[in-house]
Amino acid sequence: MNEAKSPQAIHSDRKPRQEKAPPSELTQHIELSIGGMTCAHCPLAVEKALKAIDGVVSAHVNLANGLAAVDYDASRARAMDLVKAIRAAGYSACAATMRIPIKHMHCSSCVIRIELALRMTPGVLSARASLGTNAVDVEYDPSTVDFEAIRRAIESGGHKVAEPRPADVKAAAEEDADPEQAANEREYRTLMRKFWFAGVISIPVMALSYPDLIPGLREWMPMGSDTRRIVWALLGVLSLPVLLWSGSQFFVGMWDALKHRTANMHTLISIGITAAFLYSVVAVAYPGLFPDPALAEVFWDVTDVVIALVVLGLALEIKAKGRTSEAIKKLIGLQAKTARVVRDGKEVDLPVEEVVAGDIVIVRPGDKVPVDGDIIEGSSAVDESMITGESIPVEKRVGDEVIGATINKTGSFKFKATKVGKDTALASIIRMVKDAQGSKAPIQRVVDMVSGYFVPTVMILAILAFVAWYLIGPEPRVVYATIVLVTTLIIACPCALGLATPTSLTVGIGKGAENGILIRSGDALQTSEKLDSIILDKTGTITRGEPVLTDVVVAQGQSENEVLRLAASLERGSEHPLGEAIVQGAEQRGLSLTDAEHFAAIPGHGVGGRIDGWEVLLGNAKLMRDRGIASDMLTKDWERLATEGKTPMYVAINGTAAGLVAVADTVKPDSKSAIDALQRLGIEVVMLTGDNERTAKAIAREVGIKRVLSEVLPDEKAHEVQKLQLEGKTVGMVGDGINDAPALAQADVGFAIGTGTDVAIEASDVTLIKGSLVGVVTAIEISRATMRNVRQNLIGAFGYNTLGIPIAMGALYPFLGLLLSPLIAAAAMAFSSVTVVTNANRLRFFQPRRVAS
Amino acid sequence: MTPDRWVVLITGLLLVVFIVWFFWLKRSKGVRAAEMSGGYQEAMILVKGGYTPDTIIVSRGKPVRLNFRREETASCSDKVVFEHFDKSAELPTGELVAVELMPKEAGEFSFACPMGMFRGRLIVE
Repeated sequence: MNEAKSPQAIHSDRKPRQEKAPPSELTQHIELSIGGMTCAHCPLAVEKALKAIDGVVSAHVNLANGLAAVDYDASRARAMDLVKAIRAAGYSACAATMRIPIKHMHCSSCVIRIELALRMTPGVLSARASLGTNAVDVEYDPSTVDFEAIRRAIESGGHKVAEPRPADVKAAAEEDADPEQAANEREYRTLMRKFWFAGVISIPVMALSYPDLIPGLREWMPMGSDTRRIVWALLGVLSLPVLLWSGSQFFVGMWDALKHRTANMHTLISIGITAAFLYSVVAVAYPGLFPDPALAEVFWDVTDVVIALVVLGLALEIKAKGRTSEAIKKLIGLQAKTARVVRDGKEVDLPVEEVVAGDIVIVRPGDKVPVDGDIIEGSSAVDESMITGESIPVEKRVGDEVIGATINKTGSFKFKATKVGKDTALASIIRMVKDAQGSKAPIQRVVDMVSGYFVPTVMILAILAFVAWYLIGPEPRVVYATIVLVTTLIIACPCALGLATPTSLTVGIGKGAENGILIRSGDALQTSEKLDSIILDKTGTITRGEPVLTDVVVAQGQSENEVLRLAASLERGSEHPLGEAIVQGAEQRGLSLTDAEHFAAIPGHGVGGRIDGWEVLLGNAKLMRDRGIASDMLTKDWERLATEGKTPMYVAINGTAAGLVAVADTVKPDSKSAIDALQRLGIEVVMLTGDNERTAKAIAREVGIKRVLSEVLPDEKAHEVQKLQLEGKTVGMVGDGINDAPALAQADVGFAIGTGTDVAIEASDVTLIKGSLVGVVTAIEISRATMRNVRQNLIGAFGYNTLGIPIAMGALYPFLGLLLSPLIAAAAMAFSSVTVVTNANRLRFFQPRRVAS
Repeated sequence: MTPDRWVVLITGLLLVVFIVWFFWLKRSKGVRAAEMSGGYQEAMILVKGGYTPDTIIVSRGKPVRLNFRREETASCSDKVVFEHFDKSAELPTGELVAVELMPKEAGEFSFACPMGMFRGRLIVE
């Protein structure tokens, strides 16, 4: 292998790791990355599990980089055994998977040969080939083996990796990657067909079921006549397909639920429509059973209309529910479909799913970056607004990180894929949003408690109502009792209750994602609504987190630029952040810096050196005093700058005080307006910082914060949060997610200011991708709007059921003589759940208040 | 009271008793998840009108993989939520979806569809 440093060589160089220092002929070395290690004793647990395997010579687990280095006897243990042991210990082991299409794989012996060849390859943990897909699914350790090695293994087994055909790539690009949406669409169409069928039949059935109300019909088919009986029998024949086809999902749903000893909406509807249908059958077939011919009425219309309306309700609900997850669909739509990858020295277009970590990907102007990675060649400006919300394209050079789904603007570049598939930033965002949408808000517990008892209770109530009407109701008792039974069963709507919280949550959390706010759970959403107090970390949250040069003050007779030029030249070699700020400040003013001779750092005081023949000193007042330099005329300015929260430093040239340069961490442009907005929402804003009181107060004054906790050591931050909680407040904490992790976790809601790529910040409840405090305001506004919506839905759904069911049972009859028709009950039931979903959809129009900056 | 009234009353009450017993009092015993070669305790769950089986028994401290397969299109069941584990998964019709959990403590944990109409239990021993 002397293919030197071509890009592919990066792949093949890695392979022979297992030959590293073998203690015996058969011992192999493998490094496995391990996930889920959070605590200090975790590595021990993994090591113990690994060492327990027969054949493992040594195992060492490093917590810091999450790697387990294992030497094992390949004749006695396999890599898969190691992975199994790690999993059994409760941790996740490395293992990336990829699917590779295979050419000409026709028989089961091919399958076995390919699988065997792959399993013999070091680093491959498992391989499963399938004739159905004509592909092999490989589970492998990406740090040991790569695509090239796997391809070679397949070829050694006598098979070839199928070249992706351009047509396939195109198909993959055009394929609508949302099977769920397709299924919903199919379901919607079926339901609508069922609705139209039932609806069309309902019209003649309705008319002919009440001949006494329609003048012409009354004479043609008088009560008790044979004509009437025959017409009604025919109506029954017409209604039968409605019951059996349009209403089929109710019976199927009821049966499936009954097998699990549960009952649902389908149970109620099917019992209701069956009762109405059977009564009508009896009335037509055996009218003699009824003492009065007026009793032998038919309820075909109830069966047909109820089915039509409820089916229509289900269809509308599907449509409306589809819209609730629009936000996530937008995110999924951001994903690039294809990637141009260098394989075997050739550029090939691949579906993005087949890009593996380590691939070299080519991106041309206007292309979407397919996966996450690091640039190795070329440079360009990349529009990252869809991920970070930063509207200005970001300049990218060799070594910079690019994020999948962002759009390359100007130049071409090559990058090495580091994160593919489900590991990309976009995929983690999507996963987080989906998880959050699936989580439950505490408010849902009420519904959960009710929902297990709801349907059987309604059934019991319906039976009791039937019995009561039969025992003591007015004549004709059978008819009234039947109507009441059917109406009660049909009006109850468990779906409205069940839909109330999840639909609003889905829309609300999706809305957050659209605004660059990742809300991690329903819990976080609900708690954000009640926040009384928000603690803001100063550095990096309110301020930019990087000091910049703010002021240059000069003594009489000195030029500002000259003083700054000398100070900056002196600091040029320095790695101190304050020094860098001075250098950058000078460069921004277009000053050309020179090198310092005899540079010396004076610890705790400052720095000194000779520049262009000038003796320059830069440091604090003590440095000036020690060197006997009079600096009294600058003291006043020094005091002023320090009070403003800045860090002023004296500059002395040839033993005379020449001026002051001041640097400070400046406030982000929109921090003040965001803090104002928070205070307008009635939230107390507290600033927390490790800085001295003077600096802290100055910043607090600038942004309008009254309560300041200064000089707090990093590990005391969580304690400060707790102190506020002890005052009985619900406390939110905004910080950077790394240094502030304990405080974020302690707070009722932890807001982490993200940096774009690293969105999966564990300690936070809410991640603000845009890195601006305005996100906190928007998050709270979204949570308030969503929870208001949830409450409206719950009140609506509970109110509907608690009012509707007694009315259907006839509670108003003794007072008002009012009894609900089953048809009205069906309409009410069908539209109550649609209303709930529609109300949730109103949230889609939520607009975060534009905070003026 | 006429005889027909007695019949209706008694039938009604019997039905009520039957509903209470059928839906609330009888509980299933549950199925033990099989320990697979991958180190996971695995169980297959069919989603159709409910979860079959709806009670899964697993051992503590070993990863669990529950393979859901949804064979219906009712919109209620398109997601499964494990509230205690902060996990949820979407269940597209006809697809096998694996939910992986790490039961760290013993107890009984419920899982359900977001609306709570379908319910299952994970019993950790």
